[in-house]
Amino acid sequence: MLKRLSGIGLAVVCAFALGGIAIHRHETINALWLVVAAICLYTLGYRFYAAWIAARVLSVDSTRATPAERLSNGRDFVPTHRWIVFGHHFAAIAGPGPLVGPTLAAQFGYLPGTLWILVGSVIGGCVQDMTILLLSTRRNGRSLGQMARDELGPFGGFAAIVGTLAIMIILIAVLGLVVVNAMKHSPWATSTVVATIPVAILIGLYLRYWRPGRVLEGSLIGMTLLVLAVVGGGYVDHHPAIRVWFDYPGVPLAAFIIVYGWIAATLPVWLLLAPRDYISTFLKLGVVVLLAIAILLMRPELKMPPLTQFIDGTGPVFGGKLFPFVFITIACGAISGFHALVASGTTPKLISNESDVRLVGYGSMALESFVAIMAMIAAALLDPGVYFAINTAAGVVGAAPEAAVATISSWGFPVTVEQMETLAREMGETTLFARTGGAPSLAVGMASIFGSTFGKGLLSLWYHFAIMFEAVFILTTIDAGTRVGRFMLQDALGHVIKPLGRTSWYPSVVFASTVVVAGWGYFLYIGVIDPNGGVNILWPLFGIANQMLAAIALAIGTAIIVKSGKARYAWVTGGPLAWLAVITTVAAWEKLTSPDPRVGFFSAANDLAAKLASGALPPDKAAVAPQLIFNQQLDAWLTVLFTLILWFVIVDMIRVSWRFIRGLPTLTSSEAPYQVTQLETAVGGGHS
Amino acid sequence: MKTWARAVWAFIRSVSGDDAYERYLEHLARAHPETTPLSRRAFYDERLIQKWSGVNRCC
Repeated sequence: MLKRLSGIGLAVVCAFALGGIAIHRHETINALWLVVAAICLYTLGYRFYAAWIAARVLSVDSTRATPAERLSNGRDFVPTHRWIVFGHHFAAIAGPGPLVGPTLAAQFGYLPGTLWILVGSVIGGCVQDMTILLLSTRRNGRSLGQMARDELGPFGGFAAIVGTLAIMIILIAVLGLVVVNAMKHSPWATSTVVATIPVAILIGLYLRYWRPGRVLEGSLIGMTLLVLAVVGGGYVDHHPAIRVWFDYPGVPLAAFIIVYGWIAATLPVWLLLAPRDYISTFLKLGVVVLLAIAILLMRPELKMPPLTQFIDGTGPVFGGKLFPFVFITIACGAISGFHALVASGTTPKLISNESDVRLVGYGSMALESFVAIMAMIAAALLDPGVYFAINTAAGVVGAAPEAAVATISSWGFPVTVEQMETLAREMGETTLFARTGGAPSLAVGMASIFGSTFGKGLLSLWYHFAIMFEAVFILTTIDAGTRVGRFMLQDALGHVIKPLGRTSWYPSVVFASTVVVAGWGYFLYIGVIDPNGGVNILWPLFGIANQMLAAIALAIGTAIIVKSGKARYAWVTGGPLAWLAVITTVAAWEKLTSPDPRVGFFSAANDLAAKLASGALPPDKAAVAPQLIFNQQLDAWLTVLFTLILWFVIVDMIRVSWRFIRGLPTLTSSEAPYQVTQLETAVGGGHS
Repeated sequence: MKTWARAVWAFIRSVSGDDAYERYLEHLARAHPETTPLSRRAFYDERLIQKWSGVNRCC
């Protein structure tokens, strides 16, 4: 009864907050409305929808022993308290995606992105994460690819692996591009990012030789050193002789990231990857908490209108209409296929009781979605003119500041050169024009929030702290992704040439790492030389790939739900699957057939080829045009491949479900047999 | 107050993996008292390799 009453109360507050957001159409709105609406929706979703799915659809059974208990070995299978698993899982799924996506999607206004982040997570992303986590827990922690093979058949397994590799390559490239754009001609940012490498190595040595495994000590020392590196970066920036050592255009920085990525992927993990990850995880959690506190204390007004004219597809940050591109762009903040890989990796081996999947799976994703809401707030509190000046590439509004502000002001978002210069000076940068990729604009937003809450004088420090914070975990994603890509490739090659499958055989390590780095390095390089910023091509491609992977995960979930005899509940995962299939297919269709060269890959290639042939391009652009043309065509064919994989998996899922419903033989469930738990946590059963 | 602070500290140690080796020793003492445990460094190495062979960080 009490539960129901509080539920009704929550629903009223939620409706009030959402209504408030909807009514505030022509004046500024306080960010607190968004925060309240978000927290209410997550709580409602968690208490009612997630509880219902856990009980009815997934038949979560708190008396059933989990693999962490049955296979307990003190190493990877360890029954762990649910809040600790929650911490691990959240640290693993939270990355730069929910920060970048909403920042880009803010070009449509704050409303569409916010609504999709909220609705998409509560009925899509959170459900996917929880479902896959439970299914993998029931199968001794099997990976998504293995579950696809076991439940759908060899084709499903193959599709899941190809999808994972593809998304990994595109993801690393686009994240590399975000870092490169943040470091471009910024000695402060570049020197800070470079300094993170020796800091990480030092901590790596500390944790292995001096104080093995004392992770907290190491992380604390590392964080202190990184904050000093940010301060030191300010010194470098003000020193006329040293600053030129760190002042580079995009191409050398891309080369640096590529060489770095290759070296990092071949080094032992303890030296660079693991220590930096410890530090960045602490930073990440710290910044998320700090940002939430600062938003609550500052309660900023959002200056971005709820909707802009760019919903018609003419947006300067990336081309394409509101539908379907807001759903593609938000990606990780609402639903992310990548999470299904984590939820079928380390996490299920730690779950001590099945009833924990609601907190760990659904709860972590709700928190991740909240991070996306905060990123949206950070973008929307900027003057819209400033937001567009930072996020619009020089190829769209012109390289001269006067031309850029004139164009942006003509859209109805007034901004002046002086305003941008003052802002750049405050942030300790030479310019903030055309700093695409989302990181600089997010850092300006975060610096404004932190600055006005914790001291205005430190704006430039806050800005570079935010850049460093984004860079460290982007670099972790780059290393970790390259390494996983390398393992997957070695595994695949091992079927053809035996020795290449040995993950520690050095020639195989070098070969596979080179292939993976060459893959993402190519897209990174093209993104850097693209005068339109590159992000506007790569991010939608990443979004499509990530949503495709989510659709594969949901298809596996749906097939398993049907095969467990619960076809009447198949809509729980089937509904979000249908929606993802629609948005990715429509987005792919537009990317292939749109006559607008800012949206369609082929029309962009043809447009550029025509300009090249007629000699309309200036020499510097003509020099890179052939590569850009080839890349647009390659991207188009990749989109075709992603869409085909998606539909093959969906058809495969329908085939398996149909056969099951008709009573025809299907692959038997790979679920581990029931065993009663001996752990005390089972007493009292499901906790809320 | 003291027990509360201790619980928070235990949580932080656990969630960061700071106490992983101690928990491993406890597990061995309880479940396989006859085996000699790995050294701190060997355990740390093994744990890291395990942690970083799969998808462990996301977007």
